[in-house]
Amino acid sequence: MKYIPDGLRRLWHRMGSPRWFYETTASWLPWLGGAAALLIAVGTVWGLAFAPPDYLQGDSFRIIYIHVPAAYLAQAGYILMAVCGVILLVWRMKLADMVMTAVAPIGAAFTFLALATGSIWGKPTWGTYWIWDARITSVLILLFLYLGIIGLRRAIERPEAAGRACAILAIVGVINIPIIKYSVDWWMTLHQPATFSVTSAPAMPPIMWVPLLLNVLGFNLLFAVSVIQGTRTEVLVRERRTRWVSELCLRERA
Amino acid sequence: MTAPAAGEPSLWVLFRGQLRRDLKLAFGQPSELANPLAFFVVVITLFPLGVSPEPDVLAGMAPGVLWIAALLATLLGLEALFRRDRDDGTLEQMVLRAQPLYLPVVARMLAHWMVTGLPLTLLAPLLGGMLNLAPEARLPLMLGLALGTPVLVLLGGVGAALTVGLRTGGVLLALLVLPLFVPVLILGVSAAELASSGLSPTGPLLWLAAGASFAITTVPFAIAAALRIGVEVG
Repeated sequence: MKYIPDGLRRLWHRMGSPRWFYETTASWLPWLGGAAALLIAVGTVWGLAFAPPDYLQGDSFRIIYIHVPAAYLAQAGYILMAVCGVILLVWRMKLADMVMTAVAPIGAAFTFLALATGSIWGKPTWGTYWIWDARITSVLILLFLYLGIIGLRRAIERPEAAGRACAILAIVGVINIPIIKYSVDWWMTLHQPATFSVTSAPAMPPIMWVPLLLNVLGFNLLFAVSVIQGTRTEVLVRERRTRWVSELCLRERA
Repeated sequence: MTAPAAGEPSLWVLFRGQLRRDLKLAFGQPSELANPLAFFVVVITLFPLGVSPEPDVLAGMAPGVLWIAALLATLLGLEALFRRDRDDGTLEQMVLRAQPLYLPVVARMLAHWMVTGLPLTLLAPLLGGMLNLAPEARLPLMLGLALGTPVLVLLGGVGAALTVGLRTGGVLLALLVLPLFVPVLILGVSAAELASSGLSPTGPLLWLAAGASFAITTVPFAIAAALRIGVEVG
């Protein structure tokens, strides 16, 4: 820790305090929420109404504006849980556990959204709602991994032990995700290749991909807002016996 | 790992002692030993009854059926993996010991594999024959099971350790570990399928071997960490 600047270290320690998190994020939420709503509104209206139809898929491709952000956040959410798990196991930071608790249902919801939109998209494109294609199958397995973490969290009564158990499961799961993905890819592949790539120029014209980019950013913010709100609730539940929470409740009631 | 302090058994003695104890306990209860195997055979018997007794149909689905039955049989044996040790306090003593948990955990998993995964592997070619599996696919199936079942047992061990203190462990355990079993299933089935269509099964078998080495070196750490939590939970 010697090489880390003092300010950063202080921030790290302060971030470990649930109370600091609760009080600081209160002022972030309106801004983040507003930006998310604006980006998603512009991106969705642009994508649905103004982007030209695809030359091959016609109008049905427009579901991409929901599907891609959801699918991307489904995976990012699991990685976020594993990162929180490492922080919890190494530094025993209670806040990481609270974030992990909040991410699980939100990530599962985004995974479900990705599956549902993919299935609806599959009907006009492949002629069937469900097909055992590699990417669909690995996203379905990702949903099972999320459900496992949620189930484990609910089954263990003491939140502290539940947090560490979920951390281990999330870490084992995140190491397995690439292995599952490659094994399922090997098993069969029918899905079109990834739409977005960081290294190469997008194959779509800007009028089609700019709204997608707006929606990806907007969904990121929406995800962040949901996680922050979930974590704030979790902070209050876990810290309900502390003085600052009871004072907060008294102030809210007054 | 540091050298043991004076008066404490060496790690090798610890490993051997744990292995011998677990095997002795397992063979002391032959019915528990036989149940997953009987389950394996019964599940496989259900497929010709439920799907089709046609030899061609059976030959096509034999690798998948055998592997899924092996997966479920492994799962069945997992629930009791740490439960008795936890109930009589042995697990607590294991966790409290000064030596690292890694080797005792490896011994525990090895003993469990020897009484579940190994018999399944040995039984598989016989059941494969009953399902009309191509003769040239029987050896790849066995090799796949020999390499894949240790991975299943280890990954399942993490789930069993995490749920050891819980009253409703069984269903949750299945939800926790079955998704993690997917790569092993895919690789094992593809080895047998490649061989039965006359191709070389070396690729998936090598992948399974790589997976087994990786699992044996890393997963016991996760099991040890999970056991420390599992002991607290109850």
